Amino acid sequence: MKYNVNSNGFYGDFGGAYIPEMLFSNIDELRKNYLSIVEKDSFTREFNFYLKKYVGRPTPLYYAKRLSEKYGSKIYLKREDLCHTGAHKINNTIGQILLARELKKTKIIAETGAGQHGVATATVCALMGMECVIYMGEVDIERQRPNVERMRILGAEVRPATSGSRTLKDATNEAMRHWINNPDDTHYIIGSVVGPHPYPDMVARFQSVISEELLGQLKKVEGRDYPDFVIACVGGGSNAAGIFYHYLENPKVKLVGVEAAGLGVSTDKSAATTKLGKKGVLHGSKTLLMQDENGQVTEPYSISAGLDYPGIGPLHAHLFDSKRGVYVSVEDDEAMNAGIELSRLEGIIPAIETAHAFSIFDKIDMKRKVIVINLSGRGDKDLETYIKWGKY
Amino acid sequence: MNRINKLFKEKKDKILSIYFTAGYPNLNDTTEIIKILDECGVDLIEVGMPFSDPIADGPVIQHSSNVAIDNGMNLNLLFNQLDEIRKITDIPIVLMGYVNPVYQFGYEKFIKNILKCDLDGLILPDLPLDDYINEFKPIFDRENLSFIPLITPNTSEERIRQIDSNSNGFIYMVSSSSITGKKNSFDDKQIDYFQKISSLSLKNPTIIGFGISDKESFEQACKYSKGAIIGSKFIKEISNVNLNESIKNFILSVRS
Ligand SMILES: Cc1ncc(COP(=O)(O)O)c(C=O)c1O
Repeated sequence: MKYNVNSNGFYGDFGGAYIPEMLFSNIDELRKNYLSIVEKDSFTREFNFYLKKYVGRPTPLYYAKRLSEKYGSKIYLKREDLCHTGAHKINNTIGQILLARELKKTKIIAETGAGQHGVATATVCALMGMECVIYMGEVDIERQRPNVERMRILGAEVRPATSGSRTLKDATNEAMRHWINNPDDTHYIIGSVVGPHPYPDMVARFQSVISEELLGQLKKVEGRDYPDFVIACVGGGSNAAGIFYHYLENPKVKLVGVEAAGLGVSTDKSAATTKLGKKGVLHGSKTLLMQDENGQVTEPYSISAGLDYPGIGPLHAHLFDSKRGVYVSVEDDEAMNAGIELSRLEGIIPAIETAHAFSIFDKIDMKRKVIVINLSGRGDKDLETYIKWGKY
Repeated sequence: MNRINKLFKEKKDKILSIYFTAGYPNLNDTTEIIKILDECGVDLIEVGMPFSDPIADGPVIQHSSNVAIDNGMNLNLLFNQLDEIRKITDIPIVLMGYVNPVYQFGYEKFIKNILKCDLDGLILPDLPLDDYINEFKPIFDRENLSFIPLITPNTSEERIRQIDSNSNGFIYMVSSSSITGKKNSFDDKQIDYFQKISSLSLKNPTIIGFGISDKESFEQACKYSKGAIIGSKFIKEISNVNLNESIKNFILSVRS
């Protein structure tokens, strides 16, 4: 396999486990055990049980008729917004909490940006009766209020990250510090395909249920199990990894990742990592990273909390670097307009992260092609941002 | 023999190592702080290279790192500051930090600058052992530089032996599972860990770091190793207005 992880935890030049010794034994425990655990029949059975009965999978593949007519293509939506808790994030948290239980961990920590991963983590902790602490940047606590309260209702403790840009990067720093301080009884559920190996691979595997379902769903409606284009927004890149997964080695499928350009890639308010990043090391992996000439990480910006991150997962760095994937960036306004457009044409208000994936029709020529867009989450959590933006 | 090996050969116990962040409190304090520490009789100095996202550090070193970066500290400047350090002191000096700034600077250029300034070693906790062996070790061995690894209570014996055989100088024994700057007094579990490490007869001597903050914790650490490292507490004690006096008072309070 050219594009998936190799046995050393690398995707091409990217990945690895760049962690201080304090985290080594935890990461090593995961690395040595994750494959044998997730490949066990009993694990697969339980994972699939919860995905079906609790999350509500399989999620529909919906033909978006009016959107298709407008853009002259056949556009299908993979409805991850219909998952319990409202986004794809729960596919991963179900998998990881079952894994944590196998490893005899009793406490869970996580970072969150938009709060979707935090909610998905708090949810599975309630489900399994585990203690749960969620780190969230102060800025994100402000702009994603409803999710903060959802986590609290579910019994999680939400701790503000008050350093740096007070967003996702800083929440991740705090979660890692917490894990260093509590290595024995705690599992860290990372919410995207980032972090030290084996996290990117582990999270991608749990999310790969998205493209696994897509194979069969497309076959039924199109007579072939692959589309011409697969499109997903990229924060760390987990929903994109999930929908790309079974197509990584199929060159007929164009993989398109959509990043947040914030106020524009030529401003200093952006989160478009493939445009603005260089190779570097953050949060345990070597990847593309927005940073200054001295290797200090740049504070990113996006209107969408879930895309407001200065890096991307090593899988995406490799897909970009090897040109297997195409990565485009979309500004705040474009994403908001696309969110309104999807609401008006299809009756679906998307999460603002997701809205980014819907504003690329004038950026890539996809006329008369079969396109699948990953509708990674719904917009309930973002109402305040939509209201503040106001142009509808 | 490099200065670190020499230190451990000549001094068998109570080695005091001080960590500070370069560029803090003021951009150009680096050489002055080293000079004062040397005058106070400190044995070894770890000069911190500030990074924006120090995941192994507590609030004090996070803060000093942010101030240092805001002050304009970077590796070019640091090596300029240290260029003539050997005219004023012969104390062993190691650099400590995170991979990314060093990676951006360029590993080769970084090592060249260490040699040019005649520094003695490097602590880079998030550098994987394999990367050390591939990218640094050949030159470090040839030039007799020290690479100082960390071990923690959760590091397995097998890994400790692997780390020991691939490094040279001393081993930085992290006192407990924690980030820097957490106050602790040693409990039975930690003492067991220190004793277990002593019984392994490692090639390298060990020094205890993390949570050492005063005379009492320093002396306790010295019971189980060759010495100890003080970082966060030292940084807290440095006064912006009176560098000399604040440093001297603090070292005196630990050493008296
Ligand atoms: C709905 C939704 N989509 C996408 C993302 C971005 O994450 P990722 O790139 O890992 O899918 C988030 C993150 O919070 C999200 O909530």
